[in-house]
Amino acid sequence: MAVVLTKASKKMKTTSRKMKKTRRESSLWWMYLPSALIVCLFIIYPFLDGIRISFTNWNGFSQTYDYVGLDQYKRMFADPDTWLVVKNTLLFGIGSTILQNIVGLGYALLLNHNLKVRTFTRTIIFLPVIISPLIMGYIWYFFFAFQGGALNDIIMFFGKEPINALGNPAVNPYIIVFVNTFQFVGIAMIIYLAGLQSISKDYFEAADIDGATGWQKFKNITIPLLMPSITINIVLNIIGGLKLFDVIVALTNGGPGNASQSMSTFMYNLYFSRQDAGYAATQGILMALIILVISMAALFYFKRKEVEA
Amino acid sequence: MGQLSSRTKWLLTALALLITAFHLIPFYILITTSLKKTGDFTSKWSFPDYFDTENFALAWEHANLGNAFVNTAIITILSAVLLIFFGSMSAYALARRTTKLNKYMYFLFVGVMVIPPLTALVPLYRLVVDIGLMNTHLVAILNNVAAFMPLTIFLYAGFIRSTIPKELEEAAKLDGASTLGVFFKVVFPLLKPITATVLIISSVYIWNDYQFAIFFLQDSSVQTLTVALAGFFGQNVSQLNLVAAAALMASLPMVIVFLFLQRFFIEGLAAGSVKG
Repeated sequence: MAVVLTKASKKMKTTSRKMKKTRRESSLWWMYLPSALIVCLFIIYPFLDGIRISFTNWNGFSQTYDYVGLDQYKRMFADPDTWLVVKNTLLFGIGSTILQNIVGLGYALLLNHNLKVRTFTRTIIFLPVIISPLIMGYIWYFFFAFQGGALNDIIMFFGKEPINALGNPAVNPYIIVFVNTFQFVGIAMIIYLAGLQSISKDYFEAADIDGATGWQKFKNITIPLLMPSITINIVLNIIGGLKLFDVIVALTNGGPGNASQSMSTFMYNLYFSRQDAGYAATQGILMALIILVISMAALFYFKRKEVEA
Repeated sequence: MGQLSSRTKWLLTALALLITAFHLIPFYILITTSLKKTGDFTSKWSFPDYFDTENFALAWEHANLGNAFVNTAIITILSAVLLIFFGSMSAYALARRTTKLNKYMYFLFVGVMVIPPLTALVPLYRLVVDIGLMNTHLVAILNNVAAFMPLTIFLYAGFIRSTIPKELEEAAKLDGASTLGVFFKVVFPLLKPITATVLIISSVYIWNDYQFAIFFLQDSSVQTLTVALAGFFGQNVSQLNLVAAAALMASLPMVIVFLFLQRFFIEGLAAGSVKG
């Protein structure tokens, strides 16, 4: 039987080698043609066309417009709103990343213990991930709202004046960071939990024999071996935070003024409310560049750390 | 980790419960808010002493949620089906035939992932108006398929390369099956685990999508849940109880599916984001 099988497989191998030769030219390109067409039409073409529009003064609806060279770019760099919005976008990106990673790692360390409530806690922390960011924004709006918000119910219970947290430009960007963290900390937690479970117990046992303290074990074993998970989480959270849109619309709509506007919401307003399509496209290019540079820089920086560790 | 003393275990359990309670706060407030009648200004931390479902009936009707549910379901299901069908097929060709053209195409598909979709908003909107697809299910479906195609191909191609033995297909080929026949009869059934991941990721994100839906689906007849809810919020800022009822109803289906299939959801969403 075995002999027959090996013979058969040998025969198969030679035939398949022959077939490979005759089929080598075929890329089976028709199998990915539909996907390629859709991606070209809805992603690549608009992206390239956006570069072109950024050199025009198009208002978003009329048939005619002029090419204005670098005017929109000059305008963008001279516009104080640009820098406010870039600053907010960086705050959303970097703030959420720091918070999500610290809290996510903390939760993972806690749930890495064999507790009875572990599955329940994990489910509740993860729950917001599957809810629309817009709805999550509204849910927190019910908490922070000036009139009838749950936070002010507590403040008024203690006889203090209600606060308008969402209308205060000094506070509301941080609320947005908090809500975004609350929503997606579950993903960071799960990635860290998987990372922790892949660390062999032998390391900790060896460290115990050497009399290492809990902090030493955390610093010298856990963190270096978690480096791949840290890289993934940081890159993921930075990209997510820099692109933030829905939560801002739900909580503050970018206001008051442009105080809590991110690049995405700013661009949206330029196009739909201010009919400034050429300028909106220019802002889009800046946003793409910022996201690209920061996420690539983070990726390379932490990848190098991984190799060192 | 090592053995914990029972005292430490109790402390950690208490801490875990405290964190859980904190994470439940917004949902608790959502529920109490949605149950209060208009004009009931009692604290949002207490349940009303009556039971009234009028908010839900009013919100359902005024936010046009029934219609929005149907629209969202159509768009989500068709997008996911197209993504799985075309994505798996594309990945199969790209993973199995390493010709020069395919290497370039794979690089192109995966490279597209670095373009943040929203940055091309202005030309995309113009394109959709030009081809006359504004306010149609089709444009939302095509756009979602385009947005998730790179990740889908990436996930399928990785899975095919690492887990599907080539010999299997070659044996089927010898039996005279066509390329498509081999793919759908032999390969596709073996892709089940990664198909589940793709299905979960795309359904969750497409069901919850707001930033594209708000651009392309402004007409009330084609509105999805998020767009309908945003419009309803705009009209009822002073009646948060109605908005809360609408928000609760809009998120309930996904929450229920999640609670039943949570292991798959947690694994799928984490795997998808790690590899993406």
